[in-house]
Amino acid sequence: MSATAGINYKKSVIDALVAGFMALIVFGPIVGVVLDGYSFNAEFGKVAWMVAVVVIGRFAISCFFQTEKGIAMAFRHANNDEGVAVRLPDHKSKLLWVVPLVIAIGLLVPFIASKYVLTVIILGLIYVLLGLGLNIVVGLAGLLDLGFVGFYAIGAYGLALGYENLGLGFWSMLPIAALIAAMAGAILGFPVLRMHGDYLAIVTLGFGEIIRLILTNWTSLTHGPNGISAPLPTFFGLEFKRRSRDGETFHEFFNIPYDSAYKYMFIYLVLFAVVWAVLFIKHRLVKMPIGRAWEALREDEIACRSLGLNHVLVKLSAFMIGASTAGLAGVFFATYQGFVNPSSFTFFESALILAIVVLGGMGSTLGVVIAAFCLTVLPELLREFAEYRVLMFGILMVVMMIWKPRGIVRVTRTGFAARKGVVK
Amino acid sequence: MDIVLQQLVNGLTLGSVYGLIAIGYTMVYGIIGMINFAHGDVYMVSAYITAIAIALLTFFGIESFPIIIIGTLFLTVAVTGAYGWVIERIAYRPLRNSSRLSVLISAIGMSLILQNYVQLSQGANQQGVPTLLSGALRFNVGDGFVQITYMKIFIIVASLIGMGVLTYIIQKTKLGRMCRATQQDRKMASILGINTDRIISIVFVIGATMAALAGVLITLDYGAFDFYVGFIIGIKAFTAAVLGGIGSLPGAMLGGLVLGLSEALFAGLISSDYKDVFSFSLLVLILIIRPSGLLGKPEVEKV
Repeated sequence: MSATAGINYKKSVIDALVAGFMALIVFGPIVGVVLDGYSFNAEFGKVAWMVAVVVIGRFAISCFFQTEKGIAMAFRHANNDEGVAVRLPDHKSKLLWVVPLVIAIGLLVPFIASKYVLTVIILGLIYVLLGLGLNIVVGLAGLLDLGFVGFYAIGAYGLALGYENLGLGFWSMLPIAALIAAMAGAILGFPVLRMHGDYLAIVTLGFGEIIRLILTNWTSLTHGPNGISAPLPTFFGLEFKRRSRDGETFHEFFNIPYDSAYKYMFIYLVLFAVVWAVLFIKHRLVKMPIGRAWEALREDEIACRSLGLNHVLVKLSAFMIGASTAGLAGVFFATYQGFVNPSSFTFFESALILAIVVLGGMGSTLGVVIAAFCLTVLPELLREFAEYRVLMFGILMVVMMIWKPRGIVRVTRTGFAARKGVVK
Repeated sequence: MDIVLQQLVNGLTLGSVYGLIAIGYTMVYGIIGMINFAHGDVYMVSAYITAIAIALLTFFGIESFPIIIIGTLFLTVAVTGAYGWVIERIAYRPLRNSSRLSVLISAIGMSLILQNYVQLSQGANQQGVPTLLSGALRFNVGDGFVQITYMKIFIIVASLIGMGVLTYIIQKTKLGRMCRATQQDRKMASILGINTDRIISIVFVIGATMAALAGVLITLDYGAFDFYVGFIIGIKAFTAAVLGGIGSLPGAMLGGLVLGLSEALFAGLISSDYKDVFSFSLLVLILIIRPSGLLGKPEVEKV
C-alpha cells in the first residue's frame, strides 16, 4: 500500500490556496486595517506576510502527510489513546532519592537566591499549589472548574478581611481560609454537581465572576478596586517589620540588621512546607478508595453509578479539596503581596491555572509542578514577549488537546496485588 | 412608571441581541453537544469588523446611511462567518471523537487566542464607531417620558428579520432539514448520505453570522467596544440559551428576551452595579431548578 504513496501535488496546491484564501478573509480586516479613531491605518504588508506563511505552511503540511513518514505519523496519532501506565505491584521507583535532594535544595534556596529570584519562586510555588488543587478537580475527577480563581480570591480576601475586621493573623487565617473556601465549594458544588459536566464549567465561571464583581462593588467591606492590605506572617509572634508597635520584631529579637528579604525567606519556607504537605496528601489520596473513585467517575460515570458509587459525594469531595487548596494559595498570595485587589482575580487567572493543569497532564503531579514553574517563571524571564503570553496559552491549550490530551508527563500508577496469606 | 417602561424598551433591544447570540450556542450545543466557549469572542471580532467596515466605506466616500448599513452588514456577516468556519476547522474538527472535556478546553484556548490576537493587532484601547442613526421617538407617560431611539427600533426590527430568516432556513429548506437530521442522530444522518462534517461547519457559520448581526447592531448602538466585550456578553447569551432550553432554537430567542427584560428591570429598579451578578445568579438558579430550560427537553443519558 505504501509503495503507491506518491505525493499528489495538485491536491496540496489546492489545499494551500484554500487555506490562503481563508487566511486572507480572517487576517485581512483585523490585521490589515488598524483602527485609529474613526479612520484607519492600512498595514497590508503584514497581511501579505501572514497569508504567505499560511499558504506555505499548509502546502508543506499537506505534502508531509502524503509521504510515508507522514502517513505513519497520522496513523500513530489516530491510534494513540495512551492511558495510565500501570506498574507491577512490587515496583519500587529508582528515583526516590530525588525527593530528599529536592527538599534539601529547596531549603537552601532562600539563603542563596537574591530577593527578586526569591519572589519569583514564591509566585511559582503559589501556582504550584493552585495547579495541584485544580489538578484534583479537573485532572482526577474530570470536573471542569473555570471559577477556580473564586476560591483563590476567597482565601486572599479571607486573610485581608479577617485581619482588618477580626484581628486574625496569618496563622489563624491559614486553616480558616482553607475551610471557608471548602465551604464555598460545597455550597456551590452540591446543587451543580448533580448535573452534566459541561454546565459545571459555565456555573463555576459565573461563580468566579460573581465573586470578583462583589469584591469590586461592595466597597464598604472590601474597599472596592482600591484593594485592602494583608498582614505578614509572624515568627512565633515576632513581626517582620522594621519597627513594631507592640512587642519586638524579628531582627531586634535575634539582634541582626533589618533586611526586607527576611519576610520573603520566611514566606518561602512556610509555603515550601505547605506545598510538600499538599503533595503528600494528594499522593496518598490518589491511592485511597476516594482517589480511585474520582478517576473511575472521570472515565465512566454511568458505570460507576451502576456500581453504587454516590457520584455527588465523590465529586463534591474532589471539589472541596480543590477549593481548600486554592484557599491556602490565596492566603499566601495575599501575604506575599501585602495587598489584595479584585484585579488579581480575573478569568485570566483561572485560564492560566487551567493551562498549567492541561500542559502538565491531567492527574500528573510531577507534570503540574513543572508546568506551574514553566508558565509562571518563564514569562518573568521573557519580559519582552509579555504581550504574547495569552496568545501562547491559548495556542498551547488547543495544540495540547489535539496532540496530547493527557499532558506531557504520562500518569503512572502502581498496580494492586492480593496480599499473600489474605486471599486464599 | 416611566422608568419601568423605559427599562422594558431597553430590555427588549438587549434581549433580542442576546437571543441572536444565544442561537449560536444553542445550535452548536444541539448538534455536537459542546459549549462553544469562543462564541462570545466571535461576537467581539464582529464588533471590530463593523468599525473597520464603516471606516473603509467612509474612506471610499460613501455617506448615504442605507448603503453604509447594508455594506457593513454584508461585510461583517461574511468575514465573521469565515471566522466561524476557520475556528471549527482548527480547534474542534480534530477533536470530533475526543472527550467533552478536551473539546471544552480547546474552545477556551480558542477564546484566549481570539482575544489576544485582536488585542495585538488592533491595540488594547477602546475603539468606537460614529453615530449613524440618531433621533428618537418620545412618549409622555405621567410626569416623565419614555424615549425610543430609532436605533433601538432598528435593532428590534433587524433581529426579528434575522431570526425569521433563520427559522425559515431551518424549518423549510433542504439545508435546514439536513441540520435537524444531524442534530437528532448524527450517525444515522451520515448513513443516509448527509455530509455531517459539512453540516457541522455550516452550523458554526450560521452561529457566527447571527453573532455578527448582533455585533453590528450593538456596536452601532453603543458606539464603543474593546477586545474584552465578548466575555461578558458571551456568558449572558449562554445564560439565555440555557434559560430557553439549550438545543432549542425558539428557546434561545425566548430566553434572550426574558433575560434582557429581567436584567434591564433589575438594573433600573434595584442596582445597576450588580446587574451582571444578577444574570450569573439567574444562570446558576436555572441550572439548579430547571436545567432543561423553558422550552428544552430533559436530557436523557445514553449508555
